[in-house]
Amino acid sequence: MTTLTRAKNEGALAGAAGAFARSRELGVLLAFLLLLIVTVSQNPLFLFGPDGPRDLLLSPAILVILATGQAIVLITRNIDLSVGSVLGLSAWLTGRLFIDFPGIPVLLVVLAGVCFGALLGMVNGLLVAIAKAPALVVTLGTLYAYRGINVAWSHSSMINATQLPHDFLAFGIGTVFGIPSLAIVAVVVLLAAAWYLKNKRGGREFYAIGSDPEAARLYGLNVTRRLLIAFAASGALAGLSGVLFTARYGTIDSQAGSGLELSAVAAAVIGGVAIFGGSGSVWGAGIGALLLVSINRALPLLGIPDFWQQAVVGVLILGAIVLDRILSLRQAHRFTSIRESSHD
Amino acid sequence: MVMSTASMRAEAGDVVLELRGVSKSFGPVQALRDGELVLRAGSIHALMGENGAGKSTIVKIIAGLYQRDSGEFVLGGETVHFRSTADSKQSGIAVIYQEPTLFPDLSVTENIFMGRHLLKSFGRIDRAAMRGHVRRLFQRLGVDIDPDRPAEGLSIADQQIIEIAKAISLEARILIMDEPTAALSEVEASRLFAVARSLRDEGRAILFISHRFDEVYDLCDTITVMRDGAYISTDRIEATTVAGIVRKMVGRDVDSLYPKQTVPIGDVVLKVEKLTSTGQFHDISFEVRAGEIVGLAGLVGAGRSEVARAIFGIDSYESGTVTLEGRVVPRLNTVAAMQLGIALVPEDRRQQGIVLPFGLARNSTLAIKSSLARFGFITNRSENRSAADWLARLSVKANALDTSTATLSGGNQQKVVLAKWLATNPTLLIVDEPTRGIDVGTKADVHALLSKLAGEGLAIIMISSELPEVLGMADRILVMREGHMTADIPRSEATAETVMFSATHERRSAV
Repeated sequence: MTTLTRAKNEGALAGAAGAFARSRELGVLLAFLLLLIVTVSQNPLFLFGPDGPRDLLLSPAILVILATGQAIVLITRNIDLSVGSVLGLSAWLTGRLFIDFPGIPVLLVVLAGVCFGALLGMVNGLLVAIAKAPALVVTLGTLYAYRGINVAWSHSSMINATQLPHDFLAFGIGTVFGIPSLAIVAVVVLLAAAWYLKNKRGGREFYAIGSDPEAARLYGLNVTRRLLIAFAASGALAGLSGVLFTARYGTIDSQAGSGLELSAVAAAVIGGVAIFGGSGSVWGAGIGALLLVSINRALPLLGIPDFWQQAVVGVLILGAIVLDRILSLRQAHRFTSIRESSHD
Repeated sequence: MVMSTASMRAEAGDVVLELRGVSKSFGPVQALRDGELVLRAGSIHALMGENGAGKSTIVKIIAGLYQRDSGEFVLGGETVHFRSTADSKQSGIAVIYQEPTLFPDLSVTENIFMGRHLLKSFGRIDRAAMRGHVRRLFQRLGVDIDPDRPAEGLSIADQQIIEIAKAISLEARILIMDEPTAALSEVEASRLFAVARSLRDEGRAILFISHRFDEVYDLCDTITVMRDGAYISTDRIEATTVAGIVRKMVGRDVDSLYPKQTVPIGDVVLKVEKLTSTGQFHDISFEVRAGEIVGLAGLVGAGRSEVARAIFGIDSYESGTVTLEGRVVPRLNTVAAMQLGIALVPEDRRQQGIVLPFGLARNSTLAIKSSLARFGFITNRSENRSAADWLARLSVKANALDTSTATLSGGNQQKVVLAKWLATNPTLLIVDEPTRGIDVGTKADVHALLSKLAGEGLAIIMISSELPEVLGMADRILVMREGHMTADIPRSEATAETVMFSATHERRSAV
């Protein structure tokens, strides 16, 4: 009798944990809010200064888009380390197009950046899905290769704001109803990706492939095509990020966006996207990016030395992984006890 | 290529699937020489044969997972060439594999509908409709599984149920079940049979692969027997007997392949008492004497390999003792087991037996590397000397001692693994499926070697799923079924029937 009630209580507890696991996004959001409250209490200007709300939303916009693409690839049990370099190439292309074709419509440049990024992503996809090379190695290779092309193309020169059209730069820092336009783009991208992953067959197949690639083959899913699409999507979003990067900063050299690939992976992992595929959401990755960028901005305001800022990001990643492990162990335990009790 | 289910609705008795002279090789190993199978609508057709008879290869060819090398594959009157599992599915074939293949992270409902989710407007997934569909399916199957829970953590039986639900929801014309009851309880199995019968009465064709005669005779109307990758016979079930089927499954010239010598049996070497590991095996006791080959028979999953791994100290066990020549073998300590004189040649040699890219000499001396080492270093010369000795005794065919093992044939690889363990000078040798995937000639070599080693006083436990091998080589046969020891049969009384009976039935209370 007592064992029965105890088992029930444990079940309820584990059930709550399971519900929490299902809303991993909520946990990251809470962490972000906590950070906001602590920082504002120390330095109200962080949120209530003249540029407070704008900076809070503008700074993470590009990383949110990169993390969304990264999440899609991670969900298929792959990784895309080339996104920083793809961003760099796309940013350089954007600058060149404005310089070489004066008067070119901005929309055409955006389209060119996105398509160019998709093409570069497709190269990754072909090597992974058809040549069956591990994504980690392939995209590490293209990380260097694309950056090398960028250096050769730019001859180590720079493009600066004076060479770019004024309205393009204005868009980069502009707002609509007080909300930064880049943040709006990021939210639209996030919404579209989240909708696709949840409501379309193709989106669900990304999860299936990441959950068990061998089973996906037995189910007759077109794994090759899915992986191509995932890498192309990640590339396209990195390409879009390149255009936005140019609009926002105005100054680009051959090193634009270098190192961002690791931030994108970190944001996704912090947001609860499993590195072994099959679970997580782009929402989590987006909020992870928001948290990551905000921490980097908040810590100096709180007077925390540079060294500790890096360490905090590390702790966040490790914490996210430990939390995942604990939750999955509890879930396994819960299922075992359900099974045992149904056998009695 | 794509045929709609409705237009292909066949009358009971019509031939829906036909394989003629189908063959398939993997490198030098011919898995299927002459596959033949005719499935009719409204029929449950049993496919029987020993492990390695080619049943799974036939299933995988029908499923589109393998492409046949030659032969005819006719489906609904048309010759087909499946390039993927999707092709086979499109043609109305559903396969339930022996091992459930589910997506652990996804919900039960999504597992059933993956790749063909029900849709509503704008191509959106219709979750409510799918959930309702799954509820009705589960009702029909009489199971109570939450459609929204993830597949992770489901018992094997429940996973199997999901596979079956998936196949039924496909509305397949042809349903292939590869040992679907291996993990099911009797209640679950009888529920499955009820579903299978109702599907048959709807005019579908069902192929049922099983080792259990009671099930086959209960459920099926036709039976096809295969042996050594070839078709043997197809009969109406009424025209057959269990003994007759077993003879067809086994029947071959047993004597030449199994050169068993009679040798004097010595003292008890290994004594296993009341060995128990929950969920794996229960209350296992037996003895093995010097010079004796003890066969360990049973179906796949009966717990034979698990007992061997426990004896050797790879896996732990809860209670019981293992003693070798009077000394206790500690649990979970392979190093101690090796030092006491136990050697284990594992089931899966590519994964567990050898380091493929290593050369021959290095592989065959891995197990004794500490005794070869001088001041902690192993010289190539000492390695080669020891290796050459053993490899010559086993007549391994290779050009040089540094040949990479990966390039050797299965038979020669197995000899290298044997050489590795024999170099440790064991008193007890455990071999797990010693001749799986090996050509007949090498098989006879391995058997002759085992027999010779027994003659030299080695105690041998031979785990094998091949009945003739056990019958031909063992002095005594222990049979396991679902973790329990069900029989201990001396060579003189062992027949295919007695062993098979014990492998599929609980121990008779009165012996």
